[in-house]
Amino acid sequence: MDYFQIALVTLEATIRLSVPLILAALAGLYSERSGIFDIGLEGKMLAAAFAGGAAAAVYDSAFIGLLAAIAVSVGLALVHAFASITQRGNQIVSGVAINFIALGATVILGQAWFRQGGRTPQLDGDSRFQAVTLPFAETLQSVPILGPIYENLISGHFLLTYFAFAMVPITWWVLYRTRFGLRLRAVGENPGAVDTAGISVPRMRYMAVICCGILCGFAGAYLSMAVAAGFVKGMTAGKGFIALAALIFAKWKPLNVMLACLLFGFLDATAILMQGHALPLIGEVPVQFMQALPYILTVILLAGFIGKAIPPKAGGQPYVKER
Amino acid sequence: MSAPYAKLPLWVEYALIPLINLVVAFLVAGLVVLIVGESPLRAATLLVQGAFGYGEGIGFTLYYATNFIFTGLAVAVAFHCGLFNIGGEGQAYIGGLGVALACLWFDNIVPWFVTFPIAVLAAALFGAAWAFIPGYLQAKRGSHIVITTIMFNFIASSLMVYMLVEVLKPLGSMAPQTRTFADGGQLPRLDWLLSTFGLDIGGAPFNLSFIVALVAAFLVWLLIWRTRLGYEIRTMGASPSAARYAGIKDARVIIITMLISGGLAGMMALNPIMGDQHRLQLDFVTGAGFVGIAVALMGRSHPVGIIPAAILFGMLYQGGAEISFEMPNISRDMITIIQGLVILFAGALEHMFRPTLIAFFATLRGTRDPAEAPAAGG
Repeated sequence: MDYFQIALVTLEATIRLSVPLILAALAGLYSERSGIFDIGLEGKMLAAAFAGGAAAAVYDSAFIGLLAAIAVSVGLALVHAFASITQRGNQIVSGVAINFIALGATVILGQAWFRQGGRTPQLDGDSRFQAVTLPFAETLQSVPILGPIYENLISGHFLLTYFAFAMVPITWWVLYRTRFGLRLRAVGENPGAVDTAGISVPRMRYMAVICCGILCGFAGAYLSMAVAAGFVKGMTAGKGFIALAALIFAKWKPLNVMLACLLFGFLDATAILMQGHALPLIGEVPVQFMQALPYILTVILLAGFIGKAIPPKAGGQPYVKER
Repeated sequence: MSAPYAKLPLWVEYALIPLINLVVAFLVAGLVVLIVGESPLRAATLLVQGAFGYGEGIGFTLYYATNFIFTGLAVAVAFHCGLFNIGGEGQAYIGGLGVALACLWFDNIVPWFVTFPIAVLAAALFGAAWAFIPGYLQAKRGSHIVITTIMFNFIASSLMVYMLVEVLKPLGSMAPQTRTFADGGQLPRLDWLLSTFGLDIGGAPFNLSFIVALVAAFLVWLLIWRTRLGYEIRTMGASPSAARYAGIKDARVIIITMLISGGLAGMMALNPIMGDQHRLQLDFVTGAGFVGIAVALMGRSHPVGIIPAAILFGMLYQGGAEISFEMPNISRDMITIIQGLVILFAGALEHMFRPTLIAFFATLRGTRDPAEAPAAGG
């Protein structure tokens, strides 16, 4: 393989690995920008992946699978919302609880329904999302450099991949150019002011958390119905937490979220590629170090050495209307 | 922050409300058992029998409970300071490195009772060191401790894989684990303790760490309620600004609290490594750090509550294993669900039933008062 091929393969893997991160991190963005911390991204993603895989297998339809994934994820998001908005409970505790419930329930229900050791049946044909080939990918193949780039990097992904990247500007537009977005950001910074303006703080926050649930549903569906052909026990494998790290790394801004997720996806892709290869000057980098790098980078950022990550001001605090 | 709720009698506050929350969590878990197609009642019977029905079961229950006492105390100490230490898992993992190094160095030279204090110290030191950076960053740079401790769990996991695969694995061995410790690195079992009650411990790895855990629980009580530092920790937790006005050095208290919390979590490693497996293996913590969150919430961050809560989770772990023999649909993952539900109902939704109870007790008082009024008037 020449260097161009290696670069192409790495970038293609980067895109594939960063899609669930982008979706989950954008999901977290809606919630956290409205003042509801969400460390339950992992659990929602996992539950959605299971629901998607299970429903798609039973009804033999990827679309129904996607709907099921979204429904279950939104359901869990509503539990989080009820605990942290209506009951004014601790948002971190609630998120931790949702992660565990999802982790246990997906295995127990999967085993009871399908008896394949926590897996869902193999998906194929209509029940799984297929890669989309964009027009002219075949004809342009012979064009040097640009042809392979178009064929491998731009064309040939799942619909959900394009959806994830489209959600980045859409989220930016929603947050910064619509009335809903303005209120959502305001409710996360100064809920008292929003309340004074006659807008219901709980209503705004519920809507934000539901947005979060929908996007986590897409992220889960991508994992079990697009990149993999079915759900496997614990298949999110910490992606929800990497997404959380990416969200912080991006300082809660949509465009930065995409860049941070691409960076973390790239680290993941190179970690796989570099295994057993020595780098010039540095020597062989342990693969474990590459795996830990997103977390290390996030801690360094949080420590304030690469700019400062300032979370939404009212984040984590339940809003109590003055009486 | 003023309490938005009216006062309730003490026994309601500290016994009835936690009990109701727990019962609701178990009812929902029973619902899951029902969905899976098994009988919740039979599952509960199997659970209790498996955990307490015979000597070996009790031995295993207490063995698991030992882990959870340590991690529960770790979470509780941080809670008292208003800090949420989710990093117990990683701190215990790194604590295991301390125990293993102490055992690997001394097990061939000295008997176990010399290795033992060194291992305890090493476990606490390594765990505390792993909690130091998040604590320092929270105190000095304002980085959110929840996020940093989550990140440190993952970093610990990568670090330990590296240490076991590249450094500690004996030459020629394939499995990523250290060599088995000699007699100098093995804690004695507590079979004599259970046999005084006429119980046969069988193969259960119930060992000396349990006593260490009980001592730690007592010391935590002493620290939090009987020392100046404990007072400062509780003041910080109740109101950081009040603590600052009172001249308490907040950064110092936060860092010390996290060191204690990490040390307690690290000491959990004694139990599985020196007490049971006698070697360091991948993922030996198996979620005990997270169970600590549920245990601390259920035990209301008090050692007197934490010990029974830890035994309850020990029962779930041991009894859960027994259930899975009888009911193939219910694997150990059921415990993860119960753990999540307990965290949800005893933690995030702890106030859900409070308004109802307040109303209930108000009407109780209301119906009693008119009866008393004539007597007072007459």
